[in-house]
Amino acid sequence: MTTQDLAAWFTRVVCGVRLLPIGALPSTPAIYFANHSSHLDFTSIWAALPSSVRARVRPVAGRDYWAKTPRRLRIAKEFFNAVLIERQRVTVASNPLEPMLAALDAGDSLIVFPEGTRSLDGKIHDFKAGLYHLARARPGAPLVPIYLQDLNRILPKGDFLPVPLLGSLTLGAPLQLAADETKAAFLLRAQQAVQQLAK
Amino acid sequence: MLFDPELLWLAGGILSLLVLSSGITFAIKRRSGGKPNAVVANLEARVNAWWVMVAVFSAALATGIIGSVILFGVLSFFALREFITLTPTRPADHRTLFWAFFIVTPLQYYLVGMQWYGLFTILIPVYAFILVATRSALAGDSESFLERTAKIQWALMVCVYCVSHVPALLTLKIPGYEGQNSKLVLFFVLVVQISDVLQYVWGKLFGRHKIAPVISPSKTVEGFLGGVLSAAAIGTALWWATPFKWWQAGLLSFLITLMGFFGGLVMSAIKRDRGVKDYGSMIEGHGGVMDRIDSLCFAAPVFFHLVRYYFT
Repeated sequence: MTTQDLAAWFTRVVCGVRLLPIGALPSTPAIYFANHSSHLDFTSIWAALPSSVRARVRPVAGRDYWAKTPRRLRIAKEFFNAVLIERQRVTVASNPLEPMLAALDAGDSLIVFPEGTRSLDGKIHDFKAGLYHLARARPGAPLVPIYLQDLNRILPKGDFLPVPLLGSLTLGAPLQLAADETKAAFLLRAQQAVQQLAK
Repeated sequence: MLFDPELLWLAGGILSLLVLSSGITFAIKRRSGGKPNAVVANLEARVNAWWVMVAVFSAALATGIIGSVILFGVLSFFALREFITLTPTRPADHRTLFWAFFIVTPLQYYLVGMQWYGLFTILIPVYAFILVATRSALAGDSESFLERTAKIQWALMVCVYCVSHVPALLTLKIPGYEGQNSKLVLFFVLVVQISDVLQYVWGKLFGRHKIAPVISPSKTVEGFLGGVLSAAAIGTALWWATPFKWWQAGLLSFLITLMGFFGGLVMSAIKRDRGVKDYGSMIEGHGGVMDRIDSLCFAAPVFFHLVRYYFT
């Protein structure tokens, strides 16, 4: 049992999220995408994945937040093996797509939050274009929608004291970008795929 | 205390019940020919969970008031977690909830553990009542304020205050029964829980007329009468383990099984209102912690106060 397994178990206990059965997950590198409302979102998905899948999954996170202090950077890079991307000053040299595609090509899966930032009002906001570009660049990778519920009630944005409620994670059927689908249509469909998983 | 022969008889009785239930489950499974069957699988899961619950409960009771306070404190914490998860709250309630989980709940059980009757009986109805409303008001969000505060107060009353009266039974000083209160706790929990099981069994075997079809489709008049009366009969037959005379044990058993039924009914009404079948999924076959202790909630404070009034 690694430190990661222990942390994953602890996260599941605190957040009330259950371990996903390995049969429910794609066997090839996949892109997991979910609604975003709490810091616990990516740790919960990470913790809900079975150990063997978790070892090959990389959460995608904003460099501006995670590189702010050396400790945060170490947690993101060494513990979660996160892919840090530029959110503010996107240039050709810091194209956020490149490190994500490199991870997929290396056989890893990704956890992304297409809303781009944590939602404050509990609604699922419009998806940013990144998911579409990923889907177009790697059409073979299954896009797995995930709906996260109540995690923002456990640890809301801006608070540091958690309240141990029972969060839940719902996995949806994988999507694929259709041949002639426009960016707007695809992003809307992806957003609805997450929304539909809400009870 | 551990070598109290009456306690050993009770423990032996419970153990025999478990063995009997496992035996019956095994026989039913054999008869169904090993084909997968949801009802049988659920029965098996339930019986297996009973073994675990009895083991945990016995271990807690054997360590006296400390163990019992910790066990029921943890159960309250889990029940509160399930209850609040089902209850819509707003971000402004976050700190109030933090207080409820990490200050009020441990404090209530600490007071029970230190046997401070005067304070543990009013901590939540008076002080937490004021605290919850004030803390949420300070957070400055008036949207559905009364509903939100009322729900948090309700959750604390049911999941923490009421449940804490089970270990509080250990603090009662009953003349001629000193040092034997763990039998009283065992008697209380056994009668209430066996009433649940018997209502289920009577309902499955003879249930025809639903009592409250909207609130709980599984509760029937036949299950209710059969369960309550047979559990009261078992309680009467256990008078020798209590400080009561046989008829007092019978009357109290009847009252607590009735309160148990009311508790289960009310907790079901909350589940239906929120559109769920169970409070959680922590106990295999039973649902959440709240699904298992719902009948204890109303019965515990009533039993506590009746015993305190008439026998101490």
